[in-house]
Amino acid sequence: MSDLNKLTLAEARDLLRSGETSSVALTEACLGAIEGAGALNAFVHNTPDLALERAGAADARLAAGNAPAMCGLPIGIKDLFCTTGVASQAASRILDGFRPEYDSTVSAKLRDAGAVMLGKLNMDEFAMGSSNETSTYGNAVNPWKVDGRALTPGGSSGGSAAAVAADLCLAATGTDTGGSIRQPAAFTGTVGIKPTYGRCSRWGIVAFASSLDQAGPMTKTVRDAAIMLEAMSGHDAKDSTSADLPVPDFEAMLTGDIRGKTIGIPREYRIEGMPEEIAALWDRGADMLRDAGAKVVEISLPHTKYALPAYYVIAPAEASSNLARYDGVRYGHRATLAAGDGITEMYEKTRAEGFGPEVQRRVMIGTYVLSAGFYDAYYNRARKVRTLIKRDFETVFAEGVDAILTPATPSSAFGLGEMANADPVQMYLNDVFTVTVNLAGLPGISVPAGLDSKGLPLGLQLIGQPWDEGELLKTAHVLEQAAGFVAKPSKWW
Amino acid sequence: MSEIDLETARKVAKLSRIAVAEGELPALAQDLSRILNFMEELGEVDVEGVEPMTSVTPMRLPRRIDGVTDGDIQAKILSNAPDAREGFFAVPKVVE
Repeated sequence: MSDLNKLTLAEARDLLRSGETSSVALTEACLGAIEGAGALNAFVHNTPDLALERAGAADARLAAGNAPAMCGLPIGIKDLFCTTGVASQAASRILDGFRPEYDSTVSAKLRDAGAVMLGKLNMDEFAMGSSNETSTYGNAVNPWKVDGRALTPGGSSGGSAAAVAADLCLAATGTDTGGSIRQPAAFTGTVGIKPTYGRCSRWGIVAFASSLDQAGPMTKTVRDAAIMLEAMSGHDAKDSTSADLPVPDFEAMLTGDIRGKTIGIPREYRIEGMPEEIAALWDRGADMLRDAGAKVVEISLPHTKYALPAYYVIAPAEASSNLARYDGVRYGHRATLAAGDGITEMYEKTRAEGFGPEVQRRVMIGTYVLSAGFYDAYYNRARKVRTLIKRDFETVFAEGVDAILTPATPSSAFGLGEMANADPVQMYLNDVFTVTVNLAGLPGISVPAGLDSKGLPLGLQLIGQPWDEGELLKTAHVLEQAAGFVAKPSKWW
Repeated sequence: MSEIDLETARKVAKLSRIAVAEGELPALAQDLSRILNFMEELGEVDVEGVEPMTSVTPMRLPRRIDGVTDGDIQAKILSNAPDAREGFFAVPKVVE
């Protein structure tokens, strides 16, 4: 069988169960695809030997029967997840050479379910970015291409999105602090879900902004997202914010029936200067859900406008604290010191050499907003605004709205380097539709919904009620089927 | 409008323990000022009587028994250290 790397998780699982293919064959197909895709710079640490070893073990387990759904399926893991004995450096120079002695809870759950890790995926440094241009490994490149320009796969989970879109793996893990799963999914015609805050354990995932960070799957279909999310979810005593709630069978909830659901269209998301194509896609998405029997209503989320500035106070504040641990003492890079340098010079030189410019900026902004005299004016005010943003969502949910439909991004993928001279704030605007979801701790999913006039994918976002990923996936599945997005990037790499 | 002057930029870099060369301070100050100006919008919001969010999901922080649950992994803990000697992390002299 050819092109095994192009299968979805569900298709591959079914072929494995029927004995029509093997995990080793699937893994070899993906390793071959990765080998030929150096130009995408998606995989940055390859682990072929480990992958084949795990694939062999998965085949034995499958033969014995009763293997879990993910058993034998080859996937990529974002570089932000610690993986035992395999480089895990959050795409930062400061973690050069770091090989963890342990696995993150999420990667361990996938490993224990029999999933086969092919290697580690490119990303923005410490997940800070929306274009995968801040990585110490260099840019990841979008497999979608419509002219001479190399396009961004989005960020921060840019390597994950590029790898899934280019069929280098069947699926990948991502993380999302302000949109880092959903924006790259939209830019690459793939599906990405950020679950409710607390659904996936954060233990062993390099921390960026702990009150916002969540892991989630990046897949080719909504069904695959349901399968993989289930394997990644669950309570973990090692993360004090992990929810002790049962994990439903998400795939079983994809019934296709959304009759009677109420879908909200937030008027504040119709931002000034929104491209006509995005507005039209959004309207079409609403029509599709209406045609499937849902009731579509206009809603108001009045504090939407303040989400980005609140995020850019809270996330850097938390990052400045989380990244204090990179000091050249316990792991990673340490600067070469001059004669007479003491410990302060070691910290300052190590961090200046180890952190890239965007990470340095955010650590410094975070330090500033937490410093004496500014704490109340910035940090506390932002946390109060966050309360109001969450309240906006609670209000519409209490009024009977089941899910909210919005665009996923304000544009399709842009060219690598095109934002190089822009104000940092311009880049932050990429997160305008996604960041509210992190601030409110809600689940959100990006579903590919069409191509723009240039031939590049566009996504729509659905936002669900807390802990109701099952219903959200069900609605997303209906939207996916109605949109019928089947386009794939043509291979140039 | 908040304006980050050179002195503030120098101080923030120091507090962040990031070495910034004198020549790079003006550009840094400008970047930080732009970002802070973007945050000024928050001043428009009426937050009177609103509690600052501490936890996005209403939950009690779980507690566990105050006991040793792990240990005897000194070699693992030191395995990634840039400089480890005799079972310790080694750093430059802290006190003269």
